[in-house]
This record gives sequence, C-alpha cells and structure tokens, in this order.
Amino acid sequence: MEIPYTVEPRPDTGLFNAKVGIWLFLASEVMLFGALFSSYIMLRVGSDVWPHGMLNVPIGTLNTIVLITSSITVVMAWASLKLKAFGKFKLYQGCTVLLAMTFVIIKSYEYHDKFTHYFVRYSAGSEVKELTGHIEGSPMNWTLATLNNPTRPISEIRIHPDVASGEHGHDSGAAHPEVITVPTKQIKKLESFGPWHLTYLAIYFTLTGLHALHVIGGALVIGYFWGPGSRMWYSDPERFTNRVEVAGLFWHFVDLVWIFLFPVLYLL
Amino acid sequence: MSNSSHAAADSGAGHDHGDQLSIWRRYIFSTDHKVIGVQYGITALLFLFFGYGLMAMMRWQLAYPGKPIPVIGELLLRVLGPDMADKGIVTPDLYNSFGAMHGTIMVFLAIVPLAFAAFGNYVVPLQIGAPDMAFPRINMASYWAYFVGGVVMLVSFFIPGGAAKSGWTSYSPLATLADPGHRFDGQTFWIIGMVFLITSSLLGSVNFIATIVQLRAKGMSWMRLPFFVWAQFVTAFLLLLAFPPLEAAAIMQFMDKVFGSSFFLPSGLVVGGTPFSGSGGGSPLLWQHLFWFLAHPEVYVLILPGMGIVAEIIANNTRKPLFGYKSLVYSALAIGFLSFIVWAHHMYLTGMGTKISTFFQTTTMMISIPSVIILTTMFVSLWGGSIRFTTPMLFALAFLPMFGIGGLTGLPLGLNATDIDLHDTYYVIGHFHYIVAPGTIFALFAGIYHWYPKVTGRMMNEFWGKVHFALSLVFMNLVFMPMFIQGLEGMHRRMYDGGASYAASPDVAYGLSLALKLNVAISHAAWFLGLAQVPFIINFFVSLFRGKPAPSDNPWAATTLEWATPTPPPHGNFVHPPVVHRGPYEYNLPGAAVEFCPQNQPL
Repeated sequence: MEIPYTVEPRPDTGLFNAKVGIWLFLASEVMLFGALFSSYIMLRVGSDVWPHGMLNVPIGTLNTIVLITSSITVVMAWASLKLKAFGKFKLYQGCTVLLAMTFVIIKSYEYHDKFTHYFVRYSAGSEVKELTGHIEGSPMNWTLATLNNPTRPISEIRIHPDVASGEHGHDSGAAHPEVITVPTKQIKKLESFGPWHLTYLAIYFTLTGLHALHVIGGALVIGYFWGPGSRMWYSDPERFTNRVEVAGLFWHFVDLVWIFLFPVLYLL
Repeated sequence: MSNSSHAAADSGAGHDHGDQLSIWRRYIFSTDHKVIGVQYGITALLFLFFGYGLMAMMRWQLAYPGKPIPVIGELLLRVLGPDMADKGIVTPDLYNSFGAMHGTIMVFLAIVPLAFAAFGNYVVPLQIGAPDMAFPRINMASYWAYFVGGVVMLVSFFIPGGAAKSGWTSYSPLATLADPGHRFDGQTFWIIGMVFLITSSLLGSVNFIATIVQLRAKGMSWMRLPFFVWAQFVTAFLLLLAFPPLEAAAIMQFMDKVFGSSFFLPSGLVVGGTPFSGSGGGSPLLWQHLFWFLAHPEVYVLILPGMGIVAEIIANNTRKPLFGYKSLVYSALAIGFLSFIVWAHHMYLTGMGTKISTFFQTTTMMISIPSVIILTTMFVSLWGGSIRFTTPMLFALAFLPMFGIGGLTGLPLGLNATDIDLHDTYYVIGHFHYIVAPGTIFALFAGIYHWYPKVTGRMMNEFWGKVHFALSLVFMNLVFMPMFIQGLEGMHRRMYDGGASYAASPDVAYGLSLALKLNVAISHAAWFLGLAQVPFIINFFVSLFRGKPAPSDNPWAATTLEWATPTPPPHGNFVHPPVVHRGPYEYNLPGAAVEFCPQNQPL
C-alpha cells in the first residue's frame, strides 16, 4: 500500500500531504498563542498597575537578532538542497541549530536573573518595610521556608537593594552601595520574581516558557534532519527536501511568535 | 515509509502486508485507519459505560439522599475509603467528583472519540476512496495520546483527595482552590489529562483535514463527497481551532495550581476565612471565556458527526437522494463558522455587560438557522421515500425529533432575558442531554448497526436491535423530559441532596415541591435505561461470532464507496483504486435502469 502525494504535490491542490499538515498544525498553534496573547490583553486591561521595564531590552534585542538570523539560515539550508548543494545545507542548518541553542542559553540567563531577584517584606521596629533587590551570594529562588529549613537554618540575609527601591521599576542589576541585613525572624514574606510574584511575570513566564519549548522542539527536529536524518538525502532527496521545508515552516512560525513577544513583553 | 511497506506495495495485494506484521503491530500499535477506528470505538464505548455508571450512582443520591447505595456502596467504601464513601453513602465530595468526571468523560472520552475519531477514522478514508489516512503514524499517536489521557483521568479517582470536583467546566477560582491540602490534586490530574486529550484531538484533526483535502479518489470532487465526510471535515476544523484556547487556559490554571501564579485569582480573595496569599490581580472571567471558546464549538463537535451518520442512513433507507444536499453542506459550514462566535451565551449571568450579551444573543439566534435547515432537509428527505424500517433507520428517525426537542428548548437559553431564570437549573440539563443523549448517542447507535457488517462481515440481530431501540427511546424520554419541569419550577442543577433540604423548608413553592418528587422516577428511568443497553451489548458481541454473515459486500444496497471494498476491508482498502463518476446518493433516479448507482459505477 502506498499513500499518494507524500512526496509529489497533488495536481489540484498543488501541495504534498505534509505541507497541508504543517499549515493546519500552525493554524492550531496560532490559536494557542492567540489565546495567550488575548489573555495578556485582558489581564493587563483589568489590572490596577502593570509594571514597566522589568526586562533587559538590549538582551531581548540580541535574542531577536539571533532568531531572525536563524530564520535566514533555515531558508538558505532549504534553498541549498534545492540547488543540490548538500554541503552548504549542512553548514546553514548547523548554524540554525547553533543559533537556536544560543537563544535558549540567553533566555535561561534572563530567567536566572528573575529567580535571583527578590521581594522582601519585613518588620523593622513598629513599621513594615518592603524592598526589592539581590541577596548576597545570588541564591536562586529562596523562600521563607528555605530560611527556616530546620536542617540548615539561615539566621539573616544580606540584601543589595535595587536603586529605585520600593518600585518594581529597575532591573539593571546596579545595586545600591548600602547593603541591608535583615534577620530571618523579622521577615514576613520573601519571594523571587517568579510567576507567583506578579501577574505580569506569570504571563511572561508562561508565554516565553511555552515559546522556549517550541524553540527546543524545533531545534531537536532540525538537528535530527541535520544529523542522522540527513541520510535520506542519498536515498530519497526530494522527500528529504520536503521534510526540511516543513521543519523550516515551523521554525518561521516560532520566530514569528517571538517577533510578537518581544515588543509585547519588553517594550510596551 | 519503511522498506517493508514498499515491498508490500510492490507485491500489489494490500492484505499480504498485514500478514507480515506481528500481532502487536497489527492489532495494538497498528497504523491502519480501520484498526485505529475500532480501537477508538471500543475504548470510547467503555468510557461511555463508565460515564453512565458515575451518573447512575449520582442518581441514587438524588433519589434517596443520605442512604447508602446497595451493593455498590460497599464497593465504593472499600475502593475509595471512608473519606469519600462513608458507610457506602456518596459524600458531597464524591458527588462533586462524579459530576465533574461524568461530564468530562462523556464529552472528551466517550462521545467525541466515538463520533469523530472512531467513525471518522473507519469511514472517512473509505468514503473518499483513500488507501489510508494521510499520516498513519500520527493517527496511531493520536489514539495513544487519547488512551494516556483517559488513564490519567481514571487514575485521578484514586489519588488522595479524589478526582476533579469543580464541574466539567472547571471554573476558577473554585477549581484552583478546590483541594488546598494537596498540590497535585484531582484538578491537576484533570489538566494533565486534558493536555493529552487536546494533543490527541490536534493530531486527529490535522490528519482528517489533510486526508480529505489530499486523498480523495479520482473524480471525488467536493460536491460529490457524502455528507458524512463534510460533517467530519467541519468537525475537524472546530477541533483544530477551538481546542488550543482551552489548552492555553489549562496551562495557565496549571501555573496557578503548581507555581502559585494568579491568572484566574482576583485580588482580595478570601479562602476559608483567611486572605489568599498569592499575588492576585487575575481574572476569573478569563477562564470562562477561554473555556467556552472551546466548549461551545465542542457542542457542534458532538452533534455534527451524528448529523452526518443520520444523513447517510436516511438516504440509504428512504431509497432516494437527500433533499437539498448543497443546503446541508453550506449549513454545516455556516454552523462551523458561527459556532466560534456564540460562546459567551453561557456567561449571561457573569456580569460581563448587556452590550456583550446582546451580541452573543444575536449570533446564537443566527446559528439556529443552519441547524434548522439541516433538520428540515432531513425531515423533507423522508417525504415520498419507500422507507425501510431497519434498526439503524429507526435510530436515525428517532434522532430527528429528539434533536428537535433539544434544539428548540435551547432557544430560551440563548435569549438573555429567559436565560436569567433558567440558568443552572435542571432545564439546562434536560436541554443539552436531549441533544447529546437521545440525539447524538442515537445517531451513534444507528452508525454502529449500519456499519457493523462492513467492519465484521456479519449482521447484527434485527429483532434485538429493535428491542434495544424501543426501550432506549422510552427510557431516554422518561429520564430527560421531567427535567424540563423540574428546571422550570426552579430546581437548581447542582444540589447534592436533590433539593431535599428545600422541600423540607416550610415556604417552598408548591410547584417545586411537586417537581422534587420526580427525582425518584427519573432515577428509576435512568437505571432502566442502563438495563435497556443489555440487548445491545449482548447483540454486539454475539453477532461477532453467531451473526448472520453479510450477504454481500454491500448488504444495505448503498451507493457510497465504503461498500465497494471487500468485507472486511484489507490493509489498503480497495482492490483497485476507485474512480468516482457520480454524486453520493443516486437512488431511484428518474429514467435510471437500476434502483441505485454506486458512486464508482461508470456512467
């Protein structure tokens, strides 16, 4: 049994099966991210305060450039196959995978930055104070439970407060020269800037996390076609070229999502 | 494609291929659309039975509140423990779990997999003259994702705290905070199960659309497609585009539950007397919008395949073409489009604003037009036909008034003013069950009796089929018709004791006090409805071995392509690739020499 139009296009639609499949899949993906973007709008419109400038724009810009470049190399890889230049395909597609990995590394750096950035509420005498900043030693994702861990209790934390303390306005990492020491027993609340801290951060982590999963998934597929999967070039070159094209379409979609994510989360 | 299947294709005879495969690849991890269709069908029928069982236990609690369930109560106590079924009594938590899981299982694990995945997988490639689905391995993945999703849902009954208990709608903040003692509670399992089911439906719907677009046989133009294929085509689009927003919502609810975010948790929330410690600032309304953006198209996912099945069977058994085939097709497309812009008619009471309510009220009235067109064309199709009252035809005929009742009772719910009174009463339960239970489920029974000889090579017993039909018809109506009365009298749909505490109050309305007494009768009808399925279950299995062998490959003298295959169809389906020469329903055409003309018969 042979399923028709797996490689050659069907005359009346002009498409091979996988191309129809990937476009349908992308339509579904548009609805998935569309729902999250709509949620972003609804949450932002309904919120009293919406933080601004919490993310590092130069790093975001760099990541945007990385992804756009990978979009170019993925097209060049496919075009190389069309020109029967398998060596060039290997070069371009290798670049795509490297750029995808670069993106993920930069993104994890940004995530790390959020999990080492803290909000503290503590009592000082009769008044309750709040501040944001970094704990000395840059520990990740401490909570009050970490400090009160019976096997390894921590009696006090030393905080480098943000310059504009009290607002969530700054994330430049430039710390105030004065270090504040807070004993654990005075701390009412300690949390890092994870999704639990603010709805803005919740939608930030959800959107970029889902996007990062797409980047990783896409990189795995493209990496497979670059590595072991590329043997098909010698047995069935036309089908292999189709596969690279379909994977490329997915990759462009992943890039496109980021093109929306970047202004929505970093700039607006 | 693997080398072995190339070899099979070269050998020319499709069924040789099956013999080369191990039993595992042939029956369990098969890529054959027919095997996958049967797998879906059997799994979904089991879930249908299980979903019925949950409801049967709830009906005991409604009829005899606070009394232990005979026999089964003891079993519940042993399996679920005294927290859930103390002394064999359904506790409020267990009642809520059963209610939420009855809805979830019936919609996502029983009806949709049966109507769309089982019938669609088996019949659509045959009806369009294709050798298989466009992506056979993705098809297999779709079934196994569904299977895992089902297992996750079933396992959730046995975890500490029990299964999800916030309704199949899982409204936040209730669902998020339903079980604060357990971080991975039933609701978390529900979310994980749903993600698997959504993945399954995504893989399935991509496959269906690609197959219908790409693999139609030579000559099978769009307007020669059987209406069943059109119905499945529209259904696939609904699943493809409506499910992702629920996935997004499920991801956000998962974040809320596991990572402590506040997507659906508003500021100022007080839980159990203490202020909620999370960041707040979320929107409960957002969950409802995202949920109903899926769940209203889902209603049409439940009904469209049923309409497709009924259309096939009516054309075949009236021995005349369907009246207004093109109207049917365009109506199905219109329903598909409109179903995306009616969702908020489920939310009139949320306070989203009168302007928005008016918009959704208007679109809701609009979508009833194509639905009425479909029902009308089917009724008119009966006119002047020489009707064969076979078992599948009886079920198909009963579908028409049952769906009619369900549809017409929906109008007062679609109108803002009347919905305020009827919202969340038993009237709503009666309404949507008329659509899905005596509606879609009758269509599914019709489909099972109709295509059984193609799948197995044997006919089901007609006499017991008719017994099954008559009893089901009577008890379905005895279950759901009184619910309209209860709802109109104001009985709320989520009362654990069936309203007994209301009845005990001195100033209960006289009508409501009478309506509450119907609970016992409804419950008995529901249990007899279960017994009425015994003839079907026995018939289904006995006919596999003892049934009358199908007299030919085309026992119903039908015109569509699935009957042009050998029985049962081998891997690869057709002996020769079929060529289509005519429309799908050429029965008794004026001037024709023969009574019916199959689609692949040359002019």
